[in-house]
Amino acid sequence: MSEISQAQPDYNYKIVRQFTIMTIVWGIIGMGLGVFIAAQLFAPALNFDTPWLTFSRLRPLHTNAVIFAFGGCALFATSYYIVQRTSQVRLFSDKLAAFTFWGWQAVIVLAVITLPMGLTTTKEYAELEWPIDILIALVWIAYIINFFGTLVIRKVSHIYVANWFLGAFMLTVAVLHIGNSMAIPVSFTKSYSLYAGAVDAMMQWWYGHNAVGFFLTAGFLGMMYYFVPKQAGRPVYSYRLSIVHFWALISLYIWAGPHHLHYTALPDWTQSLGMVMSIILFVPSWGGMINGIMTLSGAWHKLRTDPVLRFLIVSLSFYGMSTFEGPMMAIKTVNALSHYTDWTIGHVHSGALGWVAMVSIGSIYHLIPVLFDQRAMYSTRLVNVHFWLATIGVVLYIVAMWMSGVLQGLMWRAVNADGTLTYSFVESLEASKPFYVVRFIGGLFVVVGMLVMAYNTWKTVRAPKGSIAVEPAAQAA
Amino acid sequence: MSMFWTIWISVITLGTIIGCFILLRWTLANKTGVAEGEGMGHVFDGIEEINNQLPRWWTILFYVCIVWGFVYLALYPGLGSFQGLLGWKSSNQNIQSLEESAQARIDAKEAGMLVAYDRELDRAAEEYDPIFEAYAQIPVEELAKDPEAVKVGQRLFLQNCSQCHGSDARGANVGFPNLTDDDWLYGGSGAKIVETLTLGRQAAMPAWLATMGEDGIKETVAYVLSLSGREQTPEMEALIPAGQTRFAVCAACHGMDGKGNQMLGAPNLTDNIWLYGSSERSVTDTLVYGRNGVMPSFKQTLGDDKIHVVAAYVYSLSH
Repeated sequence: MSEISQAQPDYNYKIVRQFTIMTIVWGIIGMGLGVFIAAQLFAPALNFDTPWLTFSRLRPLHTNAVIFAFGGCALFATSYYIVQRTSQVRLFSDKLAAFTFWGWQAVIVLAVITLPMGLTTTKEYAELEWPIDILIALVWIAYIINFFGTLVIRKVSHIYVANWFLGAFMLTVAVLHIGNSMAIPVSFTKSYSLYAGAVDAMMQWWYGHNAVGFFLTAGFLGMMYYFVPKQAGRPVYSYRLSIVHFWALISLYIWAGPHHLHYTALPDWTQSLGMVMSIILFVPSWGGMINGIMTLSGAWHKLRTDPVLRFLIVSLSFYGMSTFEGPMMAIKTVNALSHYTDWTIGHVHSGALGWVAMVSIGSIYHLIPVLFDQRAMYSTRLVNVHFWLATIGVVLYIVAMWMSGVLQGLMWRAVNADGTLTYSFVESLEASKPFYVVRFIGGLFVVVGMLVMAYNTWKTVRAPKGSIAVEPAAQAA
Repeated sequence: MSMFWTIWISVITLGTIIGCFILLRWTLANKTGVAEGEGMGHVFDGIEEINNQLPRWWTILFYVCIVWGFVYLALYPGLGSFQGLLGWKSSNQNIQSLEESAQARIDAKEAGMLVAYDRELDRAAEEYDPIFEAYAQIPVEELAKDPEAVKVGQRLFLQNCSQCHGSDARGANVGFPNLTDDDWLYGGSGAKIVETLTLGRQAAMPAWLATMGEDGIKETVAYVLSLSGREQTPEMEALIPAGQTRFAVCAACHGMDGKGNQMLGAPNLTDNIWLYGSSERSVTDTLVYGRNGVMPSFKQTLGDDKIHVVAAYVYSLSH
């Protein structure tokens, strides 16, 4: 950290600290749940014949916990940090910020209670029932007011690119959440969607894919645009690239939903549009990766010594890989093989673990010393250990799911000379079993990495202020 | 779809893609007022941005994807009600009945449309129908001796029937009959098995609680269990004579001797084979609530020729 800031404004770091710590806590819980249900898939007895321990109830809890609890807290923490630092001004409202923190935690706790009870709207990634949906909407609007309010009172003339992405993410998620969650309540814990049939499915995946596109991509690109140049100590590679890829990305992503409904009752024209836009989307998606990775030009040597930077750059590689894979899977012919198989699960996790989790972890390792008045993390060596655990875990996970998914797709479509299907469904399940064990092991690596992070964070937070010296190897330029 | 929506969809779709193209052209030309490779002059918390040109290979990729998008939307349905130059459709849409579906197939062919689903069905029919037509010529009982045919039948069974009757066709004690034991509810001849598969079956065991009362049910259960020589407690055994009297109403379907009636699908109660389990509890449930077992019809799903082969497989299981 070379730049000595001239009289920094009195930033609200309390809210950033709260969300940062909760990111780690929810990360461990959400990923731990994932490992548990991964084990259930090859050892079903692990549901102990208890309804609230079954895969069907814990799976939505896992997805909600990693996306909205872990990912959400990471986005809240970093966006509140970035918008203050790049606007050179304290948050618009501390009270609103505190409301978003406690409100968001309440949402998560309610999810932890209601989903295992079996209370669900059955809409993927939007399972929470209507009273919780209303709370989410309120928290989110408070978040938007606070974020844009801070931009309005900023002390610099331009708005930094990270804030474009964060702003787009917030506004779009508000529209998606409110649009898709429209429902008619019949009791306090039960409601029915306002939409029916293919329209309901289309609304759901318009929401579902943009939860990926805006929550898990645009939001985290915002994170990337701050922490990569900051950690590398290099300027952003191309201002013009950031303009073209931002506008193209947000205008194309919103169309991509129908590729989740290829070969269904969705009309042909809708499927075609979803596919065409998904494929063009590939190019602006890579724009972000290029801009992030090229920011490192002239500083590549830092990768050798700085595990935090390594987290950020490897996350961009996974981002590039899954944003190539996604458009490819959106092609109808490829989708005919990949849909409903584990390939989809592998793709989601290369995005969620490889991109979202790694960029968040890298950013948090950058943040914690700043937030708790230290010059570095307690142990850079442990950061490195975490990096390798996470990388090996993600690779095991993805490769296992690729192999299992392609195998399933091929088995399901194999036909005998008489036109009958070669395999019954249960045979494809048997074939997948070994890959489920490998996936479990991969997940275990990731969770152990998170526990190492929690320990390292604990030691950093507890150490007397300013007492941790920068290890020579990890010294930033 | 009305013209309004077609225009609406086309304008937004093409507008988005053309918008991307214009954006790309606009950004390629340096309009920043800063020389290429120089900093933009704004600094955010120590972060600078450089005015670098877009990578060439990336720009080309963008052009290729945009052009490809236009080509695809010209060939395939996408712009509202415009059907695309290929006349391609995944399937005939807005179909409400089998009759409509058959008519739509004919209409699409006459209009020269390329309906992917119809084409797949036609190709499958051309390739596989002769195999099944040949099998259909052989009586089920004979066909059951042909190992190749039985194998084909088994595959169809695993795809279509195993969900209820199990991969080994042994059924389950929740109302799914065991097909391997040569005990038949509706008859086990080839013709009867074909009939079951073609038309489906709807069993109707009525609920007797209202008529018999709780005591009556208990007496009847005692008698029914005694029919297959089941050991019972002395208390239950004492109820058997009363149960026998009660059984008169049951005999209408199950026969005076309790041996059942395949015309009605009324099970034989004397052979100790139980469709819903053999415990006193489950026999009581049967009498109290009745049973309504359903075997669906496979006529539309499999067609007559394939049903014939499945019947041969089922027949082979107990012969």
